[in-house]
Amino acid sequence: MAKRLRQCAIYGKGGIGKSTTTQNLVAALAEQGQKVMIVGCDPKADSTRLILHAKAQNSIMQMASDAGSVEDLELEDVLKVGYRDIKCVESGGPEPGVGCAGRGVITAINFLEEEGAYDEDLDFVFYDVLGDVVCGGFAMPIRENKAQEIYIVCSGEMMAMYAANNIAKGIVKYANSGGVRLAGLICNSRQTAREDELIMELARQMGTQMIHFVPRDNVVQRAEIRRMTVIEYEPQAKQAQEYRDLAVKIINNKNLVIPTPITMDQLEDLLMEFGVMEEVDESIVGKTAQEEKLAA
Amino acid sequence: MTAMTREETEALIQEVLEVYPDKAKKDRAKHLTVNDQSIEKSSKCITSNRKSLPGVMTIRGCAYAGSKGVVWGPIKDMIHISHGPVGCGQYSRAGRRNYYIGTTGVNTFVTMNFTSDFQEKDIVFGGDKKLAKLIGEVETLFPLHKGISVQSECPIGLIGDDIEAVSKKTAKEIGKPVVPVRCEGFRGVSQSLGHHLANDAIRDWVLGNRDGDSSFETTPYDVAVIGDYNIGGDAWSSRTLLEEMGLRVVAQWSGDGTLAEIELTPKVKLNLIHCYRSMNYIARHMEEKYSIPWMEYNFFGPTKIAESLRKIAEQFDDKIKEGAERVIARYQAEYEAVIAKYKPRLEGKKVMLFIGGLRPRHVIGAYEDLGMEVVGTGYEFGHNDDYDRTIKEMGNATLLYDDVTGYEFEEFVKKIKPDLIGSGVKEKYIFQKMGVPFRQMHSWDYSGPYHGYDGFAIFARDMDMTINNPCWGKLQPPWKKAAANEEQARVAAGG
Repeated sequence: MAKRLRQCAIYGKGGIGKSTTTQNLVAALAEQGQKVMIVGCDPKADSTRLILHAKAQNSIMQMASDAGSVEDLELEDVLKVGYRDIKCVESGGPEPGVGCAGRGVITAINFLEEEGAYDEDLDFVFYDVLGDVVCGGFAMPIRENKAQEIYIVCSGEMMAMYAANNIAKGIVKYANSGGVRLAGLICNSRQTAREDELIMELARQMGTQMIHFVPRDNVVQRAEIRRMTVIEYEPQAKQAQEYRDLAVKIINNKNLVIPTPITMDQLEDLLMEFGVMEEVDESIVGKTAQEEKLAA
Repeated sequence: MTAMTREETEALIQEVLEVYPDKAKKDRAKHLTVNDQSIEKSSKCITSNRKSLPGVMTIRGCAYAGSKGVVWGPIKDMIHISHGPVGCGQYSRAGRRNYYIGTTGVNTFVTMNFTSDFQEKDIVFGGDKKLAKLIGEVETLFPLHKGISVQSECPIGLIGDDIEAVSKKTAKEIGKPVVPVRCEGFRGVSQSLGHHLANDAIRDWVLGNRDGDSSFETTPYDVAVIGDYNIGGDAWSSRTLLEEMGLRVVAQWSGDGTLAEIELTPKVKLNLIHCYRSMNYIARHMEEKYSIPWMEYNFFGPTKIAESLRKIAEQFDDKIKEGAERVIARYQAEYEAVIAKYKPRLEGKKVMLFIGGLRPRHVIGAYEDLGMEVVGTGYEFGHNDDYDRTIKEMGNATLLYDDVTGYEFEEFVKKIKPDLIGSGVKEKYIFQKMGVPFRQMHSWDYSGPYHGYDGFAIFARDMDMTINNPCWGKLQPPWKKAAANEEQARVAAGG
């Protein structure tokens, strides 16, 4: 019987640890015998370096540009194989401030499809997508029946939760036209107070689950300096086990939903309840320091 | 002639609007009106320069068409780069019949297509570098060009190519003006914004090039012809009249025009504007910055030509005033002969127009000189200042339609039954198949010129050979003729 390929996309606020979490998770999946491919959808092209032990992989768009056009490329030019046969590709894109990175993602994913990168042996494809869904290009991985499962990496910080909620709004839009579903929040701890409870509550309100709480551990950084995942660098580390737990939960995850994003007011209430945010004093909104001084 | 009454025309508008959904009906109703010469401000009776409704088959173009196709394209010794994918430049190439003198590909380039031919990688990584390379290649391959304009296609506005920086840098390298124009097609509601953006680019990147340079020897009789695109040679048959009356035409904008002429325009005494819509902006700017007065004129048909020549002459001394009278007298026998020949064949014929720019009002006088009447007119992309100028030219109770839809135009024609329609190539074949004589009034149907006295003779001949062409009597096949005759007999018998 043919296996069903599961395509997952990882979103989340910039700098939250998407690429690190994705690569550690994928390494854990591979360790358990899963066949996985990572598609980096970020012009920075840093989604695969821990798997390949490389600085930055040559990206599809960069190679297409060098070769003339994307039609001049072969799959083996862009597809690299790393730790435990994990397949790696980077869409790539322009340096900041020029061109259209979104179009780069679209072009790269179309190329992978046409070239048959999604072969039958694969169990999982993970798209590691740039921070925000700023334009149509970065929504490409969740369109046209590509990624069906979205995992959002977040933490107990206000902007991370705000971004998670925004991403959920984007998922709703495509959930109604296609089959994309929110599969859970991955809490990448920043060690804020009652972080796990807060994210569990946010997940509940958004109609999903906190699939795993990944604690903070310096071994992640130590492994990164060596361009390795924790799984590979120190398999017996406690943190490696956390990623293995996450991997098992994802393999068994059946909790796929159309999310119910919450309103800004609801989010603020939640943050106040957990003490992340102070109650807003409406009387001081828009008042300069000088005005406050005069009023006092 | 059975002219329609005000009530009948109003009823016709209501009838045509009936098929629209409520929202569309409400919108389109504002763009259709019955002319009333007593109204001073057209904003009281018609709305224009608004977004077209989706699905109505508008006749409009885009901002790129307005800039590259209309204003910049005809400047013959410059190379106009269509920056973006290949189609915009290629499918509009040489389409507008802007005649010019020169050796194409050597010192003039109007009918050629220069494009940066965007590929996926240019979208993703930006087209700046390619543009700079292209400008270098242009300089090598066509060293006699006098300057370059960069006409932005849609993607440029989306990916944010810094064409201004490339222009400044390459202009220094090649020692010639390089002008960036932000005329991305999606901007604005029609080509009209493209005209404005093109004017602004001329203002910012070209017009001041000879400020402080007094080497050009001026005369008191220096004028510039602005807004004549020399379609079929229009500017040539206009220019001769101005020169014969004693004026010196320093610049032609932009038909058969050169970059040098544009740079010299701030030195003239008077700017003469033919197409007000596409070039009023630059005329107003020159009035403000260089105190150069400007005036509109109309060189369609002997009545308007004489009126315009006299009005132009009034801005000068007696020598020019006498010159104007001399010119009118010189051509009198010629244009009277044209009228004597064609008026009997065209007298009383009704015309409906739908065109762009200045023509929906400017050609009315030429038709009237031939005894014809314009019973309906409208602008593709006019603004209310165009309609202000139209109300007095059109008869009372005639029909005005702004950005007319395919459906409205057909229905109006079915009811009004004009003897001639003047519009564009997209309309041409529909009306011809309906059996209505048609002239393509954007390109003069590959004829022209129509400006000036020389043009009037051609105009009259063309209208006659279209309206009185025997083909219109042959449209009905014999087997349908019998039925039609029976029907006629039945109607005649009062059945």
